[in-house]
Amino acid sequence: MIRKALWLSATSAFLTLFTVGGHAEDRVVNVFNWSDYIDSSIIDDFTKETGIKVVYDTFDSNEILETKLLAGGSGYDVVVPSGNFLARQIQAGVFQKLDKSKLPNLSNMWDVISERTSKYDPGNEYSTNYMWGTVGIGYNIKKVQAALGTDKIDSWDVFFNPESLAKLKDCGVYVLDSPADMIPAALKYLGLDPNSTSADDIAKAEEVMLKIRPSIRKFHSSEYINALANGDICLAVGFSGDVFQARNRAQEAKQGVEIGYAVPKEGAQIWFDQMAIPADAQHVTEAHEFINYMMKPEVIAKSSNFVLYANGNKASQQFVDKAILDDPAIYPDVATLQKLYTVQPYDPKTQRIITRTWTKIVTGQ
Amino acid sequence: MSSAAVTTASAPATNAGGSALARLGAAFFGRLVIIVPYVWLLFFFLIPFVIVFKISLSQTAIAIPPYTPALDFSGGISGFIAQLKQLSLDNYTWLTQDALYFNAYVTSVIIAAISTVLTLLVGYPIAYGMARAPATIRPTLLMLVILPFWTSFLIRVYAWIGILKPEGLLNQLLLATGVIHQPLIILNTYTAIFIGIVYSYLPFMVLPLYSALEKMDYSLIEAAKDLGCPPTGAFWKITFPLSLPGVIAGCLLVFIPAVGEFVIPDLLGGSQTLMIGKTLWNEFFANRDWPVSSAVAVILLLLLIVPIMLFQRAQARAQEMDR
Repeated sequence: MIRKALWLSATSAFLTLFTVGGHAEDRVVNVFNWSDYIDSSIIDDFTKETGIKVVYDTFDSNEILETKLLAGGSGYDVVVPSGNFLARQIQAGVFQKLDKSKLPNLSNMWDVISERTSKYDPGNEYSTNYMWGTVGIGYNIKKVQAALGTDKIDSWDVFFNPESLAKLKDCGVYVLDSPADMIPAALKYLGLDPNSTSADDIAKAEEVMLKIRPSIRKFHSSEYINALANGDICLAVGFSGDVFQARNRAQEAKQGVEIGYAVPKEGAQIWFDQMAIPADAQHVTEAHEFINYMMKPEVIAKSSNFVLYANGNKASQQFVDKAILDDPAIYPDVATLQKLYTVQPYDPKTQRIITRTWTKIVTGQ
Repeated sequence: MSSAAVTTASAPATNAGGSALARLGAAFFGRLVIIVPYVWLLFFFLIPFVIVFKISLSQTAIAIPPYTPALDFSGGISGFIAQLKQLSLDNYTWLTQDALYFNAYVTSVIIAAISTVLTLLVGYPIAYGMARAPATIRPTLLMLVILPFWTSFLIRVYAWIGILKPEGLLNQLLLATGVIHQPLIILNTYTAIFIGIVYSYLPFMVLPLYSALEKMDYSLIEAAKDLGCPPTGAFWKITFPLSLPGVIAGCLLVFIPAVGEFVIPDLLGGSQTLMIGKTLWNEFFANRDWPVSSAVAVILLLLLIVPIMLFQRAQARAQEMDR
């Protein structure tokens, strides 16, 4: 996280220099996207096709992106926040409305996804979907088999049940360091509304988390990719595509590590990363061109094939690798899709309770 | 700092001699030399501090920037005064209401203090060895101490993950040699944090110690020996007191950054580590509460500056007594 932050401040300093020093005739778009989240050949192709130079910069937490946007003058033209963050940022006046006349490829979008993203961005006025995925359980198949006697995980029970998780303690459990993803999951496991803001419900989620806390080795939002891939841990609650990246890295390493991913049957969180244009963007026309390009079916399919996340582009599905399209962990079937829940942004007061609860869970204080 | 600037500045002024013009020029130059550190402090310490302090008196808002009031002169002087009236000390009261902040400060100070002592214990023999080494190889040794700075700090901390993890180099070595039969769990514990801090800050301890020890007159030790003082006695009565300025400088250089350390606990420490750096991160990024995080930062600054000022005052008094 910090590694990225330092890196970012260096690159953004560079970026500022660049935008100030650039010639007026050079067409540029400054894109700020999640790390490991694009096939870089797409960027080259875009520049070849349009003559627009892409300054591509990455982050690995919504918080970092949000802080830059709220500070103002970020210098970015296209950013990719997740839905719940986007909703609050729209409220803060961070974004400008998309000029839909410049985005003919909007017709390719998938209504099932657009309908859900409109919960964050009514009418999808400010944003369009880049990728979406779930928060589920990634696990080392052999180690879980050895510890639990089964290689199939399909329920939150394996994680939230203290007795079950205790069996996995020694081989290692990592959890996202993100209350906005974990508290709703705990609430869902308890059969409560994952978006509940009631202090009682949050206290119940805290109780569940505290019971399994002794079995959790680390709370971190990205280290689990390597830890899973290297076979250092046997279970992680994480983002679908990250777990698939771990799976692929493990396959490439040929050390016999096999990674599985489960979308728990009780229901899991579905999240959306949305492309949007900051209100103070300098290259609005280029930003629209970039977003429109990313909505081309074959382009976004190429990205999905590379990053192993589903996208919100219906027309792209004929170009998506069959193995990915048919993988229910990436493109869930209708029945699973219906069980997936979205997470709404917290108001400042609830946010404070959530963060405080999380600190207590993580540090015991 | 200012007293040092005065002495260096006044030296050319008195020595210049010759024409009045040269003396005037030298005096001007002297002034300039004194001004530079003050201007530096003004722009890179005082003004940022005032801004942070002001934000700590504001309230959060869903806006750009995410706090209110954002001082501006659009409403004229009266508007500005009205904005000033919205400032309050609420955020500081808030910090006292939850033991979290107090505990985080205390933990950070304790971790930093333990790390500083450990760094001193490791660094002193190194610096002593360097200072007593033949003069011809000292520059090489000095170079070796500075060498790690040529690699990124983050990469060096990351490397420790590879060394300390259960399947890491250290455990493999110990298992292979039969010293242990179960891998040691070091990564993600306080031990790993101490190792990380001691390793990362060691040069900051060694360099001032070395410069103090190198200047020492070793005939004093010989004299002590001649007079029948055992080596340990000579060390505590002569070497250590003479190296004290180096010890103090080294300890401050390690302790101060270690209190606010964020990277090392984040990468090497376990999740249970509650340090003020992480608390600050949470307030700033997770809660988007710039005012409270600013208040945390202001308190942290006072926590660090007040002891240093008291210490400096004590030292100045001691120096006067010596005279």
